Amino acid sequence: MTTELTKLSLADTVKGLKNKDFSSKEVTASYLYAIEKAEALNAYVAVTSDQALDMAEQSDARLAKGEGGALEGVPLGIKDLFCTKGVHSQAASHILDGFKPEYESTVTQNLWNDGAVMLGKLNMDEFAMGSSNETSYYGPVINPWRAEGDNKDLVPGGSSGGSAAAVAGWLCAGATATDTGGSIRQPAAFTGTVGIKPTYGRCSRWGVVAFASSLDQAGPIARTVEDCAHLTTSMAGFDPKDSTSVDLAVPDFAAAVERGVKGLTIGVPKEYRVEGMPEEIEKLWQQGLEWLKAEGATIKDISLPHTNYALPAYYIVAPAEASSNLARYDGVKYGLRVAGKDITDMYEQTRAAGFGREVQRRVMIGTYALSAGYYDAYYLRAQKVRTLIKKDFEDVFNEGVDAILTPATPSAAFGVADQEMAKDPIKMYLNDIFTVTVNMAGLPGIAVPAGKDGQGLPLGLQLIGKPFDEETLFAAGRVLEKSHGEDFAPKQWW
Amino acid sequence: MSVDADTVRRIGRLARIKIEDNDVEKLQEELNVILGFVDQLSEVDVDGVEPMTSVAPMALRRREDKVTDGGYPEQIVANAPLSEDDFFMVPKVVE
Repeated sequence: MTTELTKLSLADTVKGLKNKDFSSKEVTASYLYAIEKAEALNAYVAVTSDQALDMAEQSDARLAKGEGGALEGVPLGIKDLFCTKGVHSQAASHILDGFKPEYESTVTQNLWNDGAVMLGKLNMDEFAMGSSNETSYYGPVINPWRAEGDNKDLVPGGSSGGSAAAVAGWLCAGATATDTGGSIRQPAAFTGTVGIKPTYGRCSRWGVVAFASSLDQAGPIARTVEDCAHLTTSMAGFDPKDSTSVDLAVPDFAAAVERGVKGLTIGVPKEYRVEGMPEEIEKLWQQGLEWLKAEGATIKDISLPHTNYALPAYYIVAPAEASSNLARYDGVKYGLRVAGKDITDMYEQTRAAGFGREVQRRVMIGTYALSAGYYDAYYLRAQKVRTLIKKDFEDVFNEGVDAILTPATPSAAFGVADQEMAKDPIKMYLNDIFTVTVNMAGLPGIAVPAGKDGQGLPLGLQLIGKPFDEETLFAAGRVLEKSHGEDFAPKQWW
Repeated sequence: MSVDADTVRRIGRLARIKIEDNDVEKLQEELNVILGFVDQLSEVDVDGVEPMTSVAPMALRRREDKVTDGGYPEQIVANAPLSEDDFFMVPKVVE
């Protein structure tokens, strides 16, 4: 068995399958073999080999007849947050032990309808709460990237750390992910992959384990901008089962990828120049602007004055919504149950044993923020600040800005079990400083690898777009991708 | 704002998470770090600002008030830690 086929982009895999250069069964088997060899990365929490090969066989039958969907026969990894019928769906939490849903999430169903093949479920931070994939009940995911001349394990970012590591490490042709505060874009940046959080309402939340419902949005992580465009086209779409799903036609996003940036105005927000930002990130940002300018974009300095308040407002809104959403894990309906002396004791014991430390902390913050006497001071104020953050963006878009360029993260990937981060939760939260504003305003954002730091680790840039204008992000993201011309492939050590 | 030990215990009860006595102090410290961080929000002038209720400018869709789903109790309880005759089983609540 070789893993040659796993090195193809998703777009080339689609082409090869259509041309019958290889079969879905061959490419699926190659990925399953690669997954088996990559246990050190801990990217998957469940591998569905039999189901994958069955789906591949069905795809091959359709392809043989010249039929099949846009992703026919393409093997994908699915974040453990998505409900997949009869298959491990536990949000990487102990409290959902043994949970196998009786239904399929809309987003994954859309992918299967287009012919995609499921390889298995991907590791993540528990309930998508984390920025390093270290809060998972199944242990940390290891980044396929290592610093030059160093064997130290690095985190892949989070919460979609398994998705990002699996894509970077050639363990799937593309992956589903979700983003509540940066959980697609930050891990994409840490692993040299591309990740897009579409506009809030683009992808159905039905069947996706809820964290913070007004912020959660599904999207893909893949190896190229074009691959992400193909996946987004398939995943998105109106769904009556999600009350905030937007009834809007989904364009063929891949058609926008080579559109270029000629005539576009790209905003550069001065508030994103944060204190202590490494010089190499500042340089990368400048380089990104040069690339866009060289392709005919106009660069404009802008101001988003409430940027600094996005992260603190997020740490009220997200935990508040989480405390409400996570109330359903009570040891009665599904998952873990720990016996107690009465029903309340059973609830309390179950939730103490089933939730990890970070989840407990956030549920408690949320409970406090929503409790009598504190609601106005915390939650209501945070939602008002959120209105101001959204208005900041509306104002610059009204002034003719088409998209905004920022760094994706304040640093490259850091080490597993980083002492500084472990000591101070805020240090970990600051990973999302550039991405969280986008969730607060419901906008689309894409992270594209754009360079490397002094140790050879990938760094990403983020493009933020107008609501439902993902097409401009794919076009501008492609320009960054084309311009850097670097090979974002980790050296295989596993 | 910050929380004291009693408040930590109270939040634990409200959140239905059992907190061990020897963990109260540590939790209090952790929660206060986060609350200290979000205190920055008090600097923002929010007079006359409407709180956000919908991210996208749209009215909440409503469906007709009729039963559209159901009739498969065995699927509903399929994942329950304990069930009997399609009922969830819990410890006795009424004496």
